[in-house]
Amino acid sequence: MQLQTMAAEKLSPAAAPADAAIAIDDVTLRFVTPDGHMMTAIRDFTMTVARGEFACVVGPTGCGKSTTLNLVTGLLRPTTGNVRVMGNPVTEISRDIGFVFQADALFPWRSVIDNVAAGPLYRGTPKAQAYDRARDWIARVGLARFEKHYPHQLSGGMRKRVALAQTFINQPKILLMDEPFSALDMQTRTAMQDELLGLWSELKSSVVFVTHDLEEAVALADKVYVLTAGPGTVKSVYRIDLPRPRVMADIRYDPKFIEIAKVIWNDLREEVQLGQSRGLQTGH
Amino acid sequence: MTAISPASHQAARATSIVAAEARARARLRRRHALVIGLRLAILIVFLALWELGADHGVIDPFFFSSPSGIWEQIWSWVTEGTSQGPLWLQIYVTLEETFLGFAIGAVGGIAAGIILGRNKLLADVFSIYIKIANSVPRVVLGSVFIIALGLGMASKVALAVVMVFFVVFANAFQGVREADRAMIANAQILGASPYQITTTVIIPSAMSWILASLHVSFGFALVGAVVGEFLGAKQGMGLLISTAQGAFNANGVFAAMIILAVMALVVEFIITRFENYVVKWRPAPFNEQGT
Repeated sequence: MQLQTMAAEKLSPAAAPADAAIAIDDVTLRFVTPDGHMMTAIRDFTMTVARGEFACVVGPTGCGKSTTLNLVTGLLRPTTGNVRVMGNPVTEISRDIGFVFQADALFPWRSVIDNVAAGPLYRGTPKAQAYDRARDWIARVGLARFEKHYPHQLSGGMRKRVALAQTFINQPKILLMDEPFSALDMQTRTAMQDELLGLWSELKSSVVFVTHDLEEAVALADKVYVLTAGPGTVKSVYRIDLPRPRVMADIRYDPKFIEIAKVIWNDLREEVQLGQSRGLQTGH
Repeated sequence: MTAISPASHQAARATSIVAAEARARARLRRRHALVIGLRLAILIVFLALWELGADHGVIDPFFFSSPSGIWEQIWSWVTEGTSQGPLWLQIYVTLEETFLGFAIGAVGGIAAGIILGRNKLLADVFSIYIKIANSVPRVVLGSVFIIALGLGMASKVALAVVMVFFVVFANAFQGVREADRAMIANAQILGASPYQITTTVIIPSAMSWILASLHVSFGFALVGAVVGEFLGAKQGMGLLISTAQGAFNANGVFAAMIILAVMALVVEFIITRFENYVVKWRPAPFNEQGT
């Protein structure tokens, strides 16, 4: 068994245990495009995330990575198959969910503290209490001096910190992240990844982290899902047995990390090439 | 591998930076003074040429008036009053009509824009009627309003309302439609109800569109009020112009025009102040030269 010595154990998809945080079971999603054609976004997609587990989804551009997240929020409904969150079928946006977007989704007309307090205020927490908690979370992401600033006065990395605080203040049991750090420079991204792992280890949320960056996925995750070029389905699943706590700046020089990344890259490469040649054909 | 550290001349560098900053500030001040000086010079040359032309028969003051003639007219209106009563009353009447029309039209336009912007079905159904209504030359409606509402204030206000409504509506609608999808999804997942999304995401993000339309539409409200008075009224700046026109009094027409322009500028200034207050979260524009 060569695979087991490599710390990247290839798993076979199995039926979801009843207590899984997220269970996507054999889901196909089709939708009708504005010009009347049927598009399949993902097909026969199965994914399970245990409580407290950190799962990453990697795949070529346009393979439906973000679609999987929207199935969990309930913003998209599966055509066939079913999605369960904390054991319950998804009917509306669950209060247990937090979502960090790729794009800047902060409210530019609100100061940092008003942005962070938004979640509790929407959910009916009394104002004083909401702002107390917001102050606490802003301090935790290291922005205590910037409470009164507006987003346009902050750097990209600082805005992401605000976005993390805004999401974590609701103490989500399930955290969905859609390429959250892809717009940041390398150094800031590394810092943000450490920040994320720190917050995650305190909160013990179950995470689905979508990225096109394989190294980011291996560095962060307990489990990596490799998707095929669209319509996306799970090509393979790897368990990453690197010890925690992990330090992002160092882990990429760890020989074990490099070995795992190589194995998964071999798997991912042909999908990326397929995705790109298709993109060229359709002119994207 | 050896780390190389640059040699430091920090003290010398600090003084040269202070000097450079002082030079840059002085340059900015000089430029500002130059812009204002040139603006004044253009105004003076323009007025002087106009006056001289009128004096020497190049420009016929009977048709095109002259700066001194206009000034005399304004002065006599201020000190002796106009043929229809004190000047202040005329200004007051026109402003009142303008503001009422502006307020009603703007509130209606914003409300309609947000409701249709948030509801796809209503938008699809009503868009055709709004397009039709918008293509009617609205000044013509002035005649209808005068017939229906009489020579009083109501007909002018109604005309100002229709002038303002469509501009504000179109902008509010567009602003609602342009609201960032990620931002709306973010609010939804953070726990916002549809009503909270409208008040805390949609309206603030449409606000810069709406404010931009308020600048333009105040001018339209003024046009609506003045044209309404022109078509038939007992008071107001529009009537003053139409009386002067009837008496071939070019000075009167120009004088009333200048008073209207000053009114519009003052209100424009107030709206800009209000806008800066409301959208103070926006990054400052990079080159605000000399305003």
